[in-house]
Amino acid sequence: MEAALSLVVAILFSVAIYMLLSKHIIRMLLGTVLLGNGVNLLIFTAGRVPAITPPIIPDGADHLEAVTANPLPQALILTAIVISFSFFAFLLVLAYRAYQDLGTDDSDEMRVAEPEEQGLPPLGY
Amino acid sequence: MAVSDTHAAIDASAAQLPGALAAADYLPILPVVICFLAGAVMLILRKRTAWHGWIAIPALCLLTLTDLLLLRRVAGEGPQTMMMGGWRAPFGIAFTADLAGTLFATVGAMVALACGLFALVSISAEERRYGFFPFLFLMMGGVSGAFLTGDIFNLYVWFEVLLIGSFGLLILGSRHQQLDGAIKYCFLNLVGTTLFLIATGYLYGWFGTLNMADIARKAADQPAGGGLYTIAALYLVAFGMKAAGFPLNAWLPASYHTPRFVVSALFAGLLTKVGVYALIRVLLMLLAPQQQDLAFILAWVAGLTMMVGALGALAQTDLRRLLNYVVISGIGTIFVGIAAPGALGAGGDGAVGLSGALFYALHSIVVMTGLYLAAGVATDRAGSSSLHDMGGLWRGHVGFAAMMLVLLFAVSGLPPFSGFWPKLMLVRASFAAGMPWLGAAVLASGFLVTIASARVFALAFWRSKPEHEAMVVEPARYEHLDGPKPRGADAMLPILGLVCLVLAAGLWPQWLAGLTRTAAAGILDPGAYLHSVFGAAP
Repeated sequence: MEAALSLVVAILFSVAIYMLLSKHIIRMLLGTVLLGNGVNLLIFTAGRVPAITPPIIPDGADHLEAVTANPLPQALILTAIVISFSFFAFLLVLAYRAYQDLGTDDSDEMRVAEPEEQGLPPLGY
Repeated sequence: MAVSDTHAAIDASAAQLPGALAAADYLPILPVVICFLAGAVMLILRKRTAWHGWIAIPALCLLTLTDLLLLRRVAGEGPQTMMMGGWRAPFGIAFTADLAGTLFATVGAMVALACGLFALVSISAEERRYGFFPFLFLMMGGVSGAFLTGDIFNLYVWFEVLLIGSFGLLILGSRHQQLDGAIKYCFLNLVGTTLFLIATGYLYGWFGTLNMADIARKAADQPAGGGLYTIAALYLVAFGMKAAGFPLNAWLPASYHTPRFVVSALFAGLLTKVGVYALIRVLLMLLAPQQQDLAFILAWVAGLTMMVGALGALAQTDLRRLLNYVVISGIGTIFVGIAAPGALGAGGDGAVGLSGALFYALHSIVVMTGLYLAAGVATDRAGSSSLHDMGGLWRGHVGFAAMMLVLLFAVSGLPPFSGFWPKLMLVRASFAAGMPWLGAAVLASGFLVTIASARVFALAFWRSKPEHEAMVVEPARYEHLDGPKPRGADAMLPILGLVCLVLAAGLWPQWLAGLTRTAAAGILDPGAYLHSVFGAAP
């Protein structure tokens, strides 16, 4: 189970990195989404996948009686999903606004903050 | 919940602390609470922009005061822990304020206060309505949380909190330059925190715990293995990216000069230092054996970051972009202390390297913030931020020129200001660690930064104002000059406060060096930290 999931994580990561290497903002955005999903699956796998029994303590007992699913990675993933989703929403709006204002989706052509021909500072006093 | 009523017989003493927490136990969490409360209140009063200053400044004063109280307590009694919900470690989320984290949080709060005061005169009502002060407090909440938390996943959450706050501050105003810078800043920082999350996932898979004290305890008796090197290397890349260490520094000079000066000042002072702090915490406290094997890489990163920063500063025309590179050079100097932390118990100055790194980081927070604020005033007075067009600034305000000179001397590491002493410690540490070339790199980069600083002062302040027309007139370059002007005593006061801190730390370095030495010892030997989290009988 873990081996199969690791393989899925590897595929997600490689696709995500490929997308992030693009110079088009929209593809980079898709890359971040895939990367976030890959990480979530990674945390899930790293927390081990022993069983799919829900971790509920039976009535009257004070500990778990059989091997159950690990709830902690799921709590972590839930947090990470919320965070990565909100970041994606923000980046989507930012990318759209940048496309409207700067007129390009190509990160190589975004040179407003760092103009190409800046020249040297004054060399003499 | 209702379940606990029906099964009252279950003994929870193994999992929960007995009794309720005393009021004083809440002190470590208080800085975060203050920030979020103030931010939320101002969000509610979004349209009453005139009230924001009246809420923000007292709240920032309160934040500084709380951090100082916490610092006094931590310096006197050792690390303070608060377990959320009264759960015993490692089940609950721990907030552990140790000396290193509290020092960072305190200086961070002081810097935020200075920036808050400066923002009063330099942020327009429109930008306040779009939430300048709420974002500021959201970010400060994240920064304070990151400095004080004792749980590695919680640290990740605070990173994201401060990041989303910083996004808001960065794009406030939506000028073209800002959008451009924000694209680069946001993507690279998002990838950085994702790497942090990956490493944390592996760390959890390895140790089965997220509590830093618990990890430190378990890592101490782990055999050296390949898995932990992967984790340590991932953390190094993630935090190196946050801290803008070479070769992952490209996002910083692309974005830090685009927002308002006060936002740049806040970012330059605090955000990269959070990355440095997290790197110190994880590599030196949690994964110390792995750090020893990564020391060589860290030393190269340190040396190259210093040189890239210093050379970049020499090549810049724009004052703020020059300062961007000075920030990077300072990060490299801090990395020297992470590469060569020095051993404990080595005579009178154990852990001299890490102590120097902490000292330098605190110095850098104050000085870089001061420099960006001063750059804001200088740009307003000169009508340009290009070194080609600036000049004669000392005539207008001799006191301001003197303050700028102090800040430039301090950032170059010249005595008797605060940059000199930590550099001395770091050079000694790199010699003691058998890396004299690293000490030489500290001095060489200091020399280059001195030249860059001298150029700033000579051109912008000392020479008379050049007669020629502005060489390149692009509207995009000067669009940051609109909005309220930081003029008069209100703009000078925060800079003066920061300069006083620089002078105090430079003229009486013993007290701060004593604190950082204790803090460094507390990180390299986390016995007191563990004791604070687990109590007397772990």
